[in-house]
Amino acid sequence: MTDSEASRQYWRANLKLIGLCLCFWALIPFGFSMFLRPLLAGVTVGGVDLGFWFAQQGAIISFIVLVFFYAWQMNRLDKKFSSSDKE
Amino acid sequence: MSQFAINIIFVGISFAVYIGIALWAKAGSTKDFYVAGGGVPPVANGMATAADWMSAASFISMAGLIAAGGYTNSSFLIGWTGGYVVLAMLLAPYLRKYGKFTVPEFIGDRFYSTGARAIAVVCLIMISTTYVIGQMTGAGVAFSRFLEVSSEAGLIIAAVVVFCYAVLGGMKGITYTQVAQYVVLATAYTIPAVFISLQLTGNPIPAFGLFSEHQTSGVPLLQKLNQVITDLGFNDYIAGPESKLNMALFTLSLMIGTAGLPHVIIRFFTVPKVADARWSAGWALVFIAVVYLSAPAVAAMARLNLVDTIYPEGTQSAPMAYAERPDWIKTWEQTGLISYTDKNGDGLVQYYNDTEAYQSEAASRGWQGNELTVNSDILVLANPEIAGLAGWVIGLIAAGGLAAALSTAAGLLLAISSAISHDLVKGILRPGISEQKELLIARISMAAAIAVATLLGMNPPGFAAQVVALAFGIAAASIFPALVLGIFFKRVNDKGAIAGMVAGFLATTIYIALYLGWFFIPGTAVLENTPDQWLLGISPLSFGAIGALINFLVAFGVSYATAAPPESVQTLVESVRKPHGEAAAAIH
Repeated sequence: MTDSEASRQYWRANLKLIGLCLCFWALIPFGFSMFLRPLLAGVTVGGVDLGFWFAQQGAIISFIVLVFFYAWQMNRLDKKFSSSDKE
Repeated sequence: MSQFAINIIFVGISFAVYIGIALWAKAGSTKDFYVAGGGVPPVANGMATAADWMSAASFISMAGLIAAGGYTNSSFLIGWTGGYVVLAMLLAPYLRKYGKFTVPEFIGDRFYSTGARAIAVVCLIMISTTYVIGQMTGAGVAFSRFLEVSSEAGLIIAAVVVFCYAVLGGMKGITYTQVAQYVVLATAYTIPAVFISLQLTGNPIPAFGLFSEHQTSGVPLLQKLNQVITDLGFNDYIAGPESKLNMALFTLSLMIGTAGLPHVIIRFFTVPKVADARWSAGWALVFIAVVYLSAPAVAAMARLNLVDTIYPEGTQSAPMAYAERPDWIKTWEQTGLISYTDKNGDGLVQYYNDTEAYQSEAASRGWQGNELTVNSDILVLANPEIAGLAGWVIGLIAAGGLAAALSTAAGLLLAISSAISHDLVKGILRPGISEQKELLIARISMAAAIAVATLLGMNPPGFAAQVVALAFGIAAASIFPALVLGIFFKRVNDKGAIAGMVAGFLATTIYIALYLGWFFIPGTAVLENTPDQWLLGISPLSFGAIGALINFLVAFGVSYATAAPPESVQTLVESVRKPHGEAAAAIH
């Protein structure tokens, strides 16, 4: 595997991961807490609908999970590709 | 001990700590001054970022905004945290890899254009200056309320303290004071929230208390709140806004605006490695969430407490008599943030939403207009007093509000001074100057920036809403797209980036000015700022996302119509994308 090929693969894997994470980043606040809120109206949390919970708390928690998930996955990716990319 | 003495002790101790840190962390080189030597551990940087980010607005105003707007104003919570996801994945690691000192420097090198760098400097200074005025005024308000000095004197004290650690220590001093400031502000925010949550719901964790039962009525807290405020004609707390599209665009504008704020981005230049930049964004979000998960609870509980205070027998019965008002109302009346006029002359405090829909109800109760105006900014500051908490909690709130304002001000001032000394002087006007001279210029421009911010803070132009719109709008529409294009799209060239930034910047500032006035001069707005006048129902506050879209489209269009960037720039982009290895930056 040549250096530039490895770099390309690394970058493609990174883009895929970013794409996946950003889907959830968009789905939870814009979906669950705004446009899809009526669909979740049947579930109640503390006297209000689930969409309200996502808007005031759930979205923030999901962002934390996403950022740590991304950092963790990227660390694995960095390790996998570091053998062909000497520091 | 008097409340004044307690406040002095709390604020005094916190200031002594900040100045002590300043003396310890003196910057010896430009690298120390701009990026704290590049050796800040990721958790510490996360904490500093949280303090840097959480401004007087977050600390003082955000809970008030949520209390006033309910569900609709969740945009602030989502937008101001969601930006970190974008920052962690699309910007921070690559800009850290590039390893330079400022945001305009990356834009100038990547688009091989001094013009692009100059435009970035202009945007940065506009964003940071509008933002810093709010911090200085916030500090002035906190001083005048808690330390009984005039707000001018308060501002000068704040300026001297910031001067000590920002001019001496640069980013190094700022980073470690921000860590201390985070601890102060998070504690100050959390403690009153815990007590209020215990009082109302019996749950010590405010975030859980928000979704628990209200103890005295046995009804879920949010339902109880919604019931009492709709009884008084206020808007439903839980229901959605008229335009979901506008809410979504506003949230998105806050998100990408956050990711494009230069003073936040430069915090990620201070960590040792690329991987640290990613972790650090996660830690920043954790530390921010400590406050942001409490904020909606503080909002709902403080609002319920306020209504309960005014209607002790319930909203269907008569309100309290003005003569029997609690002490905290008296203290805040002195600041003008609470005011009372007895319109129907019965000596009682009628507090309700004076709308047409509520008129028949008001008439049947013999009310002739709302008699109490409460500025929602006081909710957090008055929270401990409303809940009847001990004096030391009030002292803590004073120190916390000041920590929030000063930590953000320092970060902004550093962004401004480094743009002047590193980008404008060293990068464009006098490239030949020595490092020692550059450091001196950095310190002088920092001092000048503090002086300007203090003067502007003393005579604040009355434009709170415009500040949010303008700072976030410009960051979202100019800086954020330019950085993303620079990292992810090799084909985008100098002409494309410049055209994109200019188009995004102009579209956003003009759209805001049309509705909110030109250059902050009142009365110069061309169109009325109401939903039916907005283009497609998009408010000027939500336009940053549209400005960003315009920037992207123009940049792609112009880039593909003109020549591809040179080979050396393509190599630069390649190197920025790799976490290890030689940075192209080192070639210079």
